[in-house]
Amino acid sequence: MSVVTTARVPELEPAGTAVSGAPHRGLVARLVTRFGGAAVRVLVVLVSLLWVFPTLGLAVASLRSTADNSATGWWNAFTAPSQLTLNNYAQLMQNDRIVGSLWNTVLITVPSTLLVVALGSLAGYALAWIDFPGRDLLFVVVVALIVVPIQVAIIPDATIFKHVGIYGQIPAVIAFHVAFGLPFAIFLLRNFFIGIPRDLLEAARMDGATEFSIFRKVVLPIGWPAIASLAIFQFLWVWNDLLVALVFGFDNPPITYALKEQMRAFSSNIDVIGPGSFLSMLVPLVVFFAFQRYFVQGVLAGSVK
Amino acid sequence: MTRASEPVGGDRAKVLANGRSGAPAHRRQGDPGAGGRRRGGSRLGERRVLALLFLGPAALMLAVLVCYPIMYTIWLSLHGGDGATFVGADNYVKMFTAAETRRAIINNLVWVVVTPSVVTTLGLIFAVLTEKVRRATAFKLILFMPMAISFLAAGVTFRLVYDENPERGALNAVIVAVHDTFAPPSPYYGANPRDGGPLAAVDGGYQTTTPVDSGDAVALPVVGLPQDRIPADAATAALPPAGPGLRGVIWLDFTRGGGGKAGVIDATEKGLPEMTVEAVADGTVIATTRTDAAGGFAFPELTGDGYTIRLAAENFTEPFNGLTWLGPGLVTPAVIGAYIWIWAGFAMVLISAGLAALPREALEAARVDGATEWQVFRRVTVPLVRPVLIVVLVTLTINVLKVFDLIYVLPPESSQDEANVVALEMYRVSFGGGLDYGLGSALAVLLFVLVLPAMLFNIRRLRRDQG
Repeated sequence: MSVVTTARVPELEPAGTAVSGAPHRGLVARLVTRFGGAAVRVLVVLVSLLWVFPTLGLAVASLRSTADNSATGWWNAFTAPSQLTLNNYAQLMQNDRIVGSLWNTVLITVPSTLLVVALGSLAGYALAWIDFPGRDLLFVVVVALIVVPIQVAIIPDATIFKHVGIYGQIPAVIAFHVAFGLPFAIFLLRNFFIGIPRDLLEAARMDGATEFSIFRKVVLPIGWPAIASLAIFQFLWVWNDLLVALVFGFDNPPITYALKEQMRAFSSNIDVIGPGSFLSMLVPLVVFFAFQRYFVQGVLAGSVK
Repeated sequence: MTRASEPVGGDRAKVLANGRSGAPAHRRQGDPGAGGRRRGGSRLGERRVLALLFLGPAALMLAVLVCYPIMYTIWLSLHGGDGATFVGADNYVKMFTAAETRRAIINNLVWVVVTPSVVTTLGLIFAVLTEKVRRATAFKLILFMPMAISFLAAGVTFRLVYDENPERGALNAVIVAVHDTFAPPSPYYGANPRDGGPLAAVDGGYQTTTPVDSGDAVALPVVGLPQDRIPADAATAALPPAGPGLRGVIWLDFTRGGGGKAGVIDATEKGLPEMTVEAVADGTVIATTRTDAAGGFAFPELTGDGYTIRLAAENFTEPFNGLTWLGPGLVTPAVIGAYIWIWAGFAMVLISAGLAALPREALEAARVDGATEWQVFRRVTVPLVRPVLIVVLVTLTINVLKVFDLIYVLPPESSQDEANVVALEMYRVSFGGGLDYGLGSALAVLLFVLVLPAMLFNIRRLRRDQG
């Protein structure tokens, strides 16, 4: 997977022929040159506000009473700070369904993440460094599976989980998340592991290390950045999932599921939905800001090298 | 939430990284495919066992929970809701003909046509903006942040944004404020002439039923206006001083606490200022004026007879209260708006990485040759980042095809039918009460078929890059 971008770029016209002499600059171009700097700054600030306000609104609304929220918009709290209260959060902590569902989210997310990392890195290592017949074909299959929509598996998997007796429970949700997390995990880690210098592995083999101890002592430490990116991604999408939980986790609902139940009566339950949603966002946001480097790398998947 | 995106994006980003650092020599050297036998002593059998140990658990999960179910779903899609009777293509026929599924398919089409291109365009604009400002990192973080939160949280967030009541919903509050700045609302909506008075309703306004002549003083009593909407500067109602032409007074013919006489200006009754009054002759408006603080108006220039006095409709227009974002008409654009908010940062980050990897010389050369920034952008930057733009588009298309959570959460139940998409309808018919596994499977197969081109796109890239 190493092609230099520019190799695929169309031929450029020589810049000189495209724009020659005194350019016939349009009004827009002249305005841009004249006021460009200021306009760009204003635009950036406006866009930033546009992107911050919705989340800020949810945060502020979660700190206001249902009565205040149904009478006026959240922004009124800036002129009447006395509206702000932690009551909703205190109430929420007494709400067994919500607290239990937050706990379920943790119980689903942590094992799903660990299992995907473990199984994915083992398989990624095998596809990168163990030579066996059919390996390339297997990797093609893995890449093909990455885009498979989960809808195409949920009905049969529900049947399977029914047979095993875990339908509706946490193990079913975890199993499904792991299965559908694996293709991307294997793809990402295999591509990273294959960049590890062969000499390192050969040196370990010379010292008589087994394949597993090479995996553990050489590959995993070097592969750490990719593993971290993968773990963060897997963590976030399992934490944020709603559909898999709806289908397979109805007996042990995670927070997304529990909050969706409340949305039938949105405005009267805003005292639960608001703080509940904000709490459910808090963990992903903390993960995001704490590990943003790995997160961006995860999006750029493999730009780590 | 972003599963499908990474391979394409990731692949791309790796390419970029390599492009930046130059293809690393050890990678080529480290490719076992090129290297042949890598371990002198190990036999094929031994390697097979090793591979099985390392790959086994993952392969088992993929085989049982992903690969076999795909086959089974295809099989189910050819059978009835009970999963036993073979029905051939019936489910597929139903899928394209039944009203709900057709609506879902059409909505999905709208999503796929609109969303990826809008998000990619915005991403490109934002990526270029970040190159031009200081503190670009903060800007990127702010835009990228929605990627970290769940569709559920985003749905709740945008339920608040889209609240129909401008007192509560931020978006309607903003557009009502803007609207009212350019077209100030009339305070007199809902007011109407006193029954038995000289005025009758015409086209949203009111006009006199009997002709009015110059020299007349017309008294036009109005009722039905709440006290709190009487303008603060309204004075006690009074006719303007006598003069040439036609004059009159419009007032709120209502005395608080009772006691006023109908059709008579009582002591505490206020005039209605700033009311637009038209004088009409032979069906055309020949003069227009506005009432003063006491509700009085005068047309000194009118000397003839037989005029009609009309209170223009604009005096009584209902105030603008914003749009019903999550109602049946606007729900899909509104949900797409929320989706754009979530994904624009993703497009921006990928395109930014693409921009950062551009050869500076090409841009500089164009600038040295006198190209404007716009020309540099159009003729150099965009063609150079085209491959990244395509990857972003493909990634978004896959994700948009499968959009579910946001449509399940954001629209209220009353407009969910109008907002329906294939993934949601698949859930509804299979689990949300329908329990029709046949139709559900057919919808799932439809989604599967629609992502096949993306799957081939990925495999072809893989082949080419390895080859």
